[in-house]
Amino acid sequence: MARAVTTQRKTLNTIIAWVIGLVIFFPILWIIILSFKSEGDAIRPPLEVLTSSWTFDSYAVVQERSDYFKHFVNSVTLSVGSTLLGLIIAVPAAWAMAFVPSKSTRNILMWMLSTKMLPAVGVLYPIYLLFIRLGLLDSRIGLVVVLMLINLPIIIWMLYTYFKEIPGEILEAARMDGATLREEILYVLTPMAIPGMASTVLLNIILAWNEAFWTLNLTAAKAAPLTAFIASYSSPEGLFYAKLSAASTMAIAPILIMGWFSQKQLVRGLTFGAVK
Amino acid sequence: MTKTIRALMGASAVVALTSGAFAETITIATVNNGDMIRMQGLTADFTAKTGHEVEWVTLEENVLRQRVTTDISTKGGQFDIMTIGMYETPIWGKNGWLVPLDDLPAEYDVDDILPAMRGGLSYDGTLYAAPFYGESSMIMYRTDLMEAAGLDMPDAPTWDFVRDAAIAMTDKDNEIYGICLRGKAGWGENMAFLTATANAFGARWFDENWTPQFDTPQWKEALTFYLDLMDQAGPPGASNNGFNENLSLFQQGKCGMWIDATVAASFVTNADESTVADKVGFALAPDTGLGKRGNWLWAWALGIPAGTQKEDAAKQFIEWATSKEYLALVAENEGWANVPPGSRTSLYENPEYAQVPFAKMTLDSINSADPLNPTVDPVPYVGVQFVAIPEFAGFATEVGQEFSAALAGQQTADEALAKAQALTADAMDAAGY
Repeated sequence: MARAVTTQRKTLNTIIAWVIGLVIFFPILWIIILSFKSEGDAIRPPLEVLTSSWTFDSYAVVQERSDYFKHFVNSVTLSVGSTLLGLIIAVPAAWAMAFVPSKSTRNILMWMLSTKMLPAVGVLYPIYLLFIRLGLLDSRIGLVVVLMLINLPIIIWMLYTYFKEIPGEILEAARMDGATLREEILYVLTPMAIPGMASTVLLNIILAWNEAFWTLNLTAAKAAPLTAFIASYSSPEGLFYAKLSAASTMAIAPILIMGWFSQKQLVRGLTFGAVK
Repeated sequence: MTKTIRALMGASAVVALTSGAFAETITIATVNNGDMIRMQGLTADFTAKTGHEVEWVTLEENVLRQRVTTDISTKGGQFDIMTIGMYETPIWGKNGWLVPLDDLPAEYDVDDILPAMRGGLSYDGTLYAAPFYGESSMIMYRTDLMEAAGLDMPDAPTWDFVRDAAIAMTDKDNEIYGICLRGKAGWGENMAFLTATANAFGARWFDENWTPQFDTPQWKEALTFYLDLMDQAGPPGASNNGFNENLSLFQQGKCGMWIDATVAASFVTNADESTVADKVGFALAPDTGLGKRGNWLWAWALGIPAGTQKEDAAKQFIEWATSKEYLALVAENEGWANVPPGSRTSLYENPEYAQVPFAKMTLDSINSADPLNPTVDPVPYVGVQFVAIPEFAGFATEVGQEFSAALAGQQTADEALAKAQALTADAMDAAGY
């Protein structure tokens, strides 16, 4: 009897999980479906959309009109670059806060998080003026730094949480064996924190890839990533759903595939330490 | 140094200088509208004629507006040409942010630009942006439904006729709605339509002392008329409908009439996209007999931000893209129906263009809107469906939210008007009027 209840529960849980998963994934699925329709069909009622004919026309138009590869390279550079730069700063910071905490560690952590609560548009003009002065407008270097700064609080918080789970005694033991600080971080701490660091890296690449305020406002023709590529297909006057969907599908495909292959690491990293 | 070597050095210096002066790469910010996409496709002609290359930055309209406003107000210098509208041009011209276009060559024929467009894109009599294409608004209606209702649409109908026709054409059981109008909140969405409509009812945003006028009987009549009409003959959920939503409803055959931008005419008559392409008629936007019609005036124009390093190349591009020759180039490559409309008088004198079904109605609509004299009673501002002051976009969007909420049935017309009056008065006080 008990066994039957468990199976029923399992089935129910599975169904609920699938339904929630489908609801969350549905908008993306619909974008992918619309991208294979003509503009005329894309605005029909949902059932007629599904039964209408399929076409690659929108992809052909997008391919012809825009330089996808240039935007893709920019997106990769910005997301990977900002994440790596962030790690270089965040690992020592999180180490210090996790293993050598002071009275104000908690406050510093909260203060860092509070910078995320400021609406981005509030600092648009100061940053824009700074970029003009430094000649960084429409440059990948400038954007890498800005995206790194935006995501730095999250990187530090995530690493701090993972580092807290690592027993300080292990590091102490390494120190007693004569390891320097650099060796301690590189050869003892980092290997133990790999799952956490991997998920931090993945999550920040995704966040930087999707960032659509600074990447639109600080770029023009040269450094524009895929967010600008998508924004160029929305039209105030005229039908554009199919082409916009095709552009969106092309823009999210790489990150979706990356997320698919790394979901194990992502989930493991995100739930790391949650059980304790 | 021999004479030959000196001559060679001189020649190469001249080549270096001239090629440096000529071969520039200009960056142009623009929106993703059909006419702009066609322009991007034809850029090779400009490069062949001048040697200059063009880099395009295409953005969604609201993103573009924010992007170019940030850049021009900080002198960021990211763009050599900006695609701007009739709202921004006089404000930016006044601020000294745009290069005046007062030295256009004789062959450009600046007097050929439609007077309404030239007036709306000038400040103090100086042209600050050249119209790439212009539009007004008009009625697009289903000839078959009109006939079935036993009615005959005049070329210049009144609002009373439009209301009666809309009610007669409505068949809600079969999802046919007599009239589709904008309801989505925004200064360029429902407020463009409602401001233009209010002009026909004798209402205005401000009196000559900049006092808001939403507490006048004219505004009450205009808003009540719109809300009643949409209640009786409009589609469900109209408070979410903007240009594109109504376009898709009309193309699916669900609207008897649609009053919106003249540029929509080419979409609803395009058989590839529209199920009703061969059953569409056009008429002027309605009036109430007070002397003003409810049609607006808008232009997408090309302006040069002051301080650009490539002013000469940018001017050459504008002269190319808004010239008579460009119109002929588009006609040659894409047909007359795809020529950017509403910018030049000579286009409407062209017998080939006269064959395009919506050409005459577009011109008549543009000519019946006067941005310098938009309302029945005098006003201190320029603009038909907007007020050309920097604060307008902000408070007009808030007023639009109140009117949209009234359309959604969340408040009465009186409540919406009272809130509109209060928030506009506050905004104008804060702005120092």
